[in-house]
Amino acid sequence: MAAAECALVVVGASLGGVRALRHVLPALPAAFPIPVAIVLHRHPRSGEIVTRQLQEHTALTVTEADDKQPIEAGVFLAPADYHLLVEPGWFSLSLDPPEGYARPSVDVLFESAAATYGPRVVGVVLTGANQDGAEGTRHIRERGGRVIAQDPATADARQMPEAAIAAGADLALPLAGIGAHLFELAAGALR
Amino acid sequence: MRKPEEDIEVDLVCEAIYQRYGFDFRHYARSSLRRRLSRQVHDEGLSSLSALQERVLRDEACMERLLLTLSINVTSMFRDPAFYKALRTEVAPLLRTYPDVRVWIAGCSTGEEVYSTAIVLKEEGLYEKSRIYATDMNEVVLERARRAIYPLDQMRAYTEGYQRSGAKASFSTYYQASHDHAVFDRRLGERVVFSRHNLATDASFNEFQLILCRNVMIYFDRDLQSRAVGLFRDSLCTFGVLGLGKNESLRFSPHATAFEPLVGDQKLYRRLA
Repeated sequence: MAAAECALVVVGASLGGVRALRHVLPALPAAFPIPVAIVLHRHPRSGEIVTRQLQEHTALTVTEADDKQPIEAGVFLAPADYHLLVEPGWFSLSLDPPEGYARPSVDVLFESAAATYGPRVVGVVLTGANQDGAEGTRHIRERGGRVIAQDPATADARQMPEAAIAAGADLALPLAGIGAHLFELAAGALR
Repeated sequence: MRKPEEDIEVDLVCEAIYQRYGFDFRHYARSSLRRRLSRQVHDEGLSSLSALQERVLRDEACMERLLLTLSINVTSMFRDPAFYKALRTEVAPLLRTYPDVRVWIAGCSTGEEVYSTAIVLKEEGLYEKSRIYATDMNEVVLERARRAIYPLDQMRAYTEGYQRSGAKASFSTYYQASHDHAVFDRRLGERVVFSRHNLATDASFNEFQLILCRNVMIYFDRDLQSRAVGLFRDSLCTFGVLGLGKNESLRFSPHATAFEPLVGDQKLYRRLA
């Protein structure tokens, strides 16, 4: 069976995440049509600075997701201290308790993406010093989606990608490979 | 495409609750709702949403527990100090132009925002001519809100938030420590009316100069959010102010044109004529 067309890319990153994203995002051209939602663990009071840091490295528009924000082309970052969830066609936020000390939580984003978009989700687990994203990886795989982990040997902190691989991630790639892989998801539309 | 079984189960639990108890969660945002229901399945020692549906239909105590899970929204005093600062600098001057001020805090949960707002109104010299209507669908949280007793270990964070909100006094003057709790000054509640109101099913009940509904509609789907925003529009006087949470917006609402941003980055909106 041909892989389902990707409707949404969900990305989880923690310690070293901004640096990792700076290597992945430049691979995506301004016309990249697939929405990219990112949970990056960060301080509850960190403001727009992360959005600006990421914006410097991508041709896509980086937006801190607002509640009910339509899911459309672009990069959407979970706001500090909120969970970011996926609904059919739009993002929602929640202040429910942290999962494994994390809010936003990668698992919450991944699970809701899997429940909403099933096989049309591609998850990416980048560097991080915890297990967030492993549970979410299982959910995406169960619903027929795919998960790419950063090659732990190339990660600032290897625990998070390692946990995702143990949970069934399909591929482990270095950062350059992840960017190229994401580009290929939309290559048909971009040519 | 056929609906996954889990989605059908969520539909059925909501339908059972609505028909049996009248609480309408059918238009809550699915992903948050699914997570909260799953937590309840786990806490009740059950193995599926269908089992939860069966229990909640026959067991009122189970419904009370579930109502807490579904309706308690995490809240704190002076969350987003910049918002309260904008209340002082941008909204208070508008409120001063009215002979008396009615404020509606919709979805007040356990009351932390109610007392934060009362403190701001007091320090801006508006409290004596104000009446705050604080509503929630859940009687249990309203009772906690009326008591105005919060964990003492929160006070450090609340004090910091208060100070950054443009404080005009010392936060400790508003409460007394008692064992591990902070008991807030009864006078802060003197002009507050707590009552039950459900944004999913109830109508407008007064006209207000200020409505705060922060981080409540994030749990609603777009239809229910639209209903609630419509209710707020109909409940605000012309040029009345609506305050939302930090990452909520009217941009995606069909009622967007009925409002204009008052302080863009603080999610304060003014109702247009």
